[in-house]
Amino acid sequence: MTFEPVLLRRTSLPRSDSIDVYLANDGYAALARALRDYAPGELIGLVKASKLRGRGGAGFPAGLKWGFMPQSDGPKYLCVNTDEGEPGTFKDRELVEKDPHQIIEGAIIAAYAVGAERAFVYIRGEFFQGIKSWIKAIADAYARGFLGQNILGSGYDLEMSVHRGAGAYICGEETAMISSLEGRRGEPRLKPPYPAEKGYWGQPTLVHNVETLANIPHIVNHGAEWFASIGTEKSTGPKIFCVSGHVYRRGVYEFPLGISLRELLYEHAGGVPGGKAIKAVIPGGASTPPLTADQLDITLDFESLEGAGSALGTGAIIVLDEDTCMVDVARRSARFFAHESCGRCTPCRVGTQRAVDVLEAIEAGRGVPEDLDRLEALCHGISGNTFCPMGDAVVSAIGGTLVRFRDEFEEHISQGGCAAPA
Amino acid sequence: MEPGYYAEMDPAKRAMLLTALYMAQEQYGYLSREAMERVGRRLGMSPREVYNTATFYSMFRTEPVGRYLIQVCEGLSCHLAGGAEDLVAHLEDRLGISAGQMTGDGRFSLQMVQCLAACGSSPAMRINDTLYTNLTLGQVDTILQDLEGRP
Repeated sequence: MTFEPVLLRRTSLPRSDSIDVYLANDGYAALARALRDYAPGELIGLVKASKLRGRGGAGFPAGLKWGFMPQSDGPKYLCVNTDEGEPGTFKDRELVEKDPHQIIEGAIIAAYAVGAERAFVYIRGEFFQGIKSWIKAIADAYARGFLGQNILGSGYDLEMSVHRGAGAYICGEETAMISSLEGRRGEPRLKPPYPAEKGYWGQPTLVHNVETLANIPHIVNHGAEWFASIGTEKSTGPKIFCVSGHVYRRGVYEFPLGISLRELLYEHAGGVPGGKAIKAVIPGGASTPPLTADQLDITLDFESLEGAGSALGTGAIIVLDEDTCMVDVARRSARFFAHESCGRCTPCRVGTQRAVDVLEAIEAGRGVPEDLDRLEALCHGISGNTFCPMGDAVVSAIGGTLVRFRDEFEEHISQGGCAAPA
Repeated sequence: MEPGYYAEMDPAKRAMLLTALYMAQEQYGYLSREAMERVGRRLGMSPREVYNTATFYSMFRTEPVGRYLIQVCEGLSCHLAGGAEDLVAHLEDRLGISAGQMTGDGRFSLQMVQCLAACGSSPAMRINDTLYTNLTLGQVDTILQDLEGRP
């Protein structure tokens, strides 16, 4: 499949991050059109018709989310989620560092559609370069009249500012992000109420991933029908896939949703080094259950991956070759989640730590047959019993690996450790 | 968190907390008791509230670290692509410390971290605010020599 990139179209241009390059390549034309030709409600209708789904992991329809924002007069906010932290994911960094104005333009249009007066860019504290890119791009957008008072003479005002996270994965979850923006511990809040109803300081707040917003200018420029013609019936538009692990050409790739996993890995990413076979593929970041080698012909879209018991997640594809130890993969994921559990909900806080202990023991050859029941019981105890989706993410990663590769876990226990090549 | 907390607080002030903590950390090198008390006074928060929030975030330090904080990614993708373990072993050997420690002269600290969002270009490490990717051990030596030579 050859595909003319949409979201990454400008990233190969010299100085692609500058506002001048952006303006010379259709930049801010969609904003001018949105403010001139559309009432806010019409933009919501347009995004609904495009069937754009959120790119941050959950895949919720963006237009529906916009529609949940009340029409009331009080203050409303937009949060731009740049807290990319899901292991295997490195797409937002690419978008922010190489084409920040595409996101800003999408954010202004979204804010206008829902009547937000302030936009917060919440960025992962470790993204030093991205923070600089954001600050520069926002300053340039102000200087050219795309932000601030009376944007492009429309009478619409929007202030946008950058807020730096400080090393907490959980702040990528929307309610935790809002807590952090308020200067609190980044602990998730129980939903409902959803942020569209009670978000930042109790006011209606729309939270979107960077990639979701990057799609908006293109929808305004080319129409909802054009957008919906890319991808599949239920998963429309282009998607950035991050390919890492055991593959020749690691990196970001943009294709329509619905491309086959096999094509992406073998035709575009160059296949597996050493001509080895694939044992498993984690399709959507560390929190999604792995696919097995017999599932490589699956298409990468929300519905197909859900049907296969996994998820598209952030589109972070981690390839595991035939020599990979799946117990080690589960152990590493568990260690990540144990480290990043915010500690608020006991099942997640204690359960992840217990899972690490059990998986470390199995990997080190100290496992006993009852350990597998123990892991299952832990997963059962965490699933559905936490405030935020992180508990379920843990279960997907650990439980999902155990279900599909149980024989490997049993072998570790019966043979007293890992037989995979180091 | 106590009920009614929102109403009693000045929203704008507390919302500045993370920014203020970064500034204090920059100035003091780490968040000392004194630094957190100062932040609290400026934002109308008790030192306990400041400490409670600061310690939630791994990038805020309540202990001193070396002038150059070296962080190596041990995430799944970096591990699979290979080289992360060798990189850490090399750094430990070269600096004479283990991961989690600081050199005696206070120049370097070495830490293992989870995911630097450089999964496509591992092995990766960060020194203060600079990210290094696709590292070879030779490049690491050059980088360290440069930092060792600085006053």
